Parts: sequence; structure tokens; C-alpha cells
Amino acid sequence: MKILSIVETAYRATLEEQDDTILWLNHSLKNNGADVSLLLRGNAVNYTVGGQNAEGLVFGDRKLAHAPEPDKDLEKLIAAKVPVYVVEEDLRERGLPWNKLIGGLEKVRRKAVPALLDRFDQVWHW
Amino acid sequence: MTKTLTIAIMDPPYETAATTTALRIVDTALRQGNNVTVFAYEGAVNLTMRAQQPHANPVKGTSVEEEQHPTTKDWIASLFDLARKNGAKLDWINCGLCVDERGAGDWIEGPRRGSPKDFYEAALKSDGILVIPAK
Repeated sequence: MKILSIVETAYRATLEEQDDTILWLNHSLKNNGADVSLLLRGNAVNYTVGGQNAEGLVFGDRKLAHAPEPDKDLEKLIAAKVPVYVVEEDLRERGLPWNKLIGGLEKVRRKAVPALLDRFDQVWHW
Repeated sequence: MTKTLTIAIMDPPYETAATTTALRIVDTALRQGNNVTVFAYEGAVNLTMRAQQPHANPVKGTSVEEEQHPTTKDWIASLFDLARKNGAKLDWINCGLCVDERGAGDWIEGPRRGSPKDFYEAALKSDGILVIPAK
């Protein structure tokens, strides 16, 4: 069964979790044998920007041990053979140039998304 | 001059960025010696649950010790410590009815049970009010 996970909401409790829960979930599913792909759209396209640094969070004396690294988590998903698609117009609307993004992404035009969805048995929109 | 800030929050832990944003504001206010009242409404009453535990991360392959996963109850406990050190007051009110419907009554030392009336009275006395609702 081919699954497409669409991630739209970004930075959803990523500091509390030290990662993005949906990227994490999909990596866990992949590790358990799922044939999963990712489509990043909306604000989640910002996860593809390389070199993100969210270190430094402190409440009182308690410091966050491991800042979330969604760009590196995406690179690990790509290395695990998870196709990661990103909506080209959503990048452009946010002023995110291709040369600032991590490698291994597959751009998809917004009008091509329906055809992409047709290639999967199930589509999960997070 | 010491000011008093009241913040209403609604989100449960580990769901949105709103909680972190609210706690950052609380931290900054307390560091400057200001008093803060937090009215935790609906899912936010789970932020202070005593039974929260850090966990390992099987995707990253890290142990509990290596992962050092944060818990919101520890963050908030640290804010109570910060208030004490800075001579400020953190009044954390968990909405009682919200607590009851969730069975969420076992929380860390510091918060108290309250009602919308407490939020209203805090708002009347505060220099600033910030409402951060669930979306």
C-alpha cells in the first residue's frame, strides 16, 4: 500500500517534542515497513531550509537539551528512501530559493498535486 | 516598577507552539521581577500533570537519558523556581471544571484550582492581559 503523508502545519510543538511529530511518525512507519512518501505544503515547506538552528530555549534554569532539526530529519527520511515532495509555489510565495534548501527534494507544481495524489492508495493530510 | 500580567492559555501539551510561546513570555516577565497569573483553561490543565515522564526516541535511537525529552510540568516547575528567585509571584490557576472532566487533578506543586471568576478577577487587577486560545 502506497501512502502519501501531506504535512501542512509547521513547527507544531516542535520545541516540546524536540522534533516534528508528523515527520517522526512517518519515519517510524517507514522503519516498520510502510511505503510512505511525504508532500510538504503551506508553512511546512520551511522545513526544507537547510541550517536551521532552534537552540537556546530556557525556562528558569531548565534548558532544552536537543533543539528540533526538521531539515536534518528530512535528510534522514530521504536517506531512508522516503520520497519528499515540496510544492513549488509555496516555496516561492515564502521567498525560499532552491539553493537554500536541503538536497534530494522533488519539486511539484500546485496544479500537478492531484495527479500526484492519484499515484497513492491512501493520502493522509496532517 | 513591578507589573502584573495575566495570560489565558488553552492548548494541551505537545500539540502546538502556543504553549512554548506563552511560557517564554512568562519566563521573560518573571526574569524582570514582574508577577504573572496564568489561567490554564481546557486542555492546558494537562500542562502541569505530575505523571508526565520523558521518553526515549526509537526513531533517533536515543535512550531516555540521551534524549532528555522535556516535559511541560518540569518547565512550569522551573518557572515557579524562577519566580521565587526573583521575588516575583507566579499564580498558576488550573480551571477546576476542565480538570474534573479530564481527570487531570494530580499536578505538580505550585498550581491551584480555580474558576473563570479567578481569571476575571486577575484580569481586573492586571496591567496587561494576553489570551492565547486554541486554534
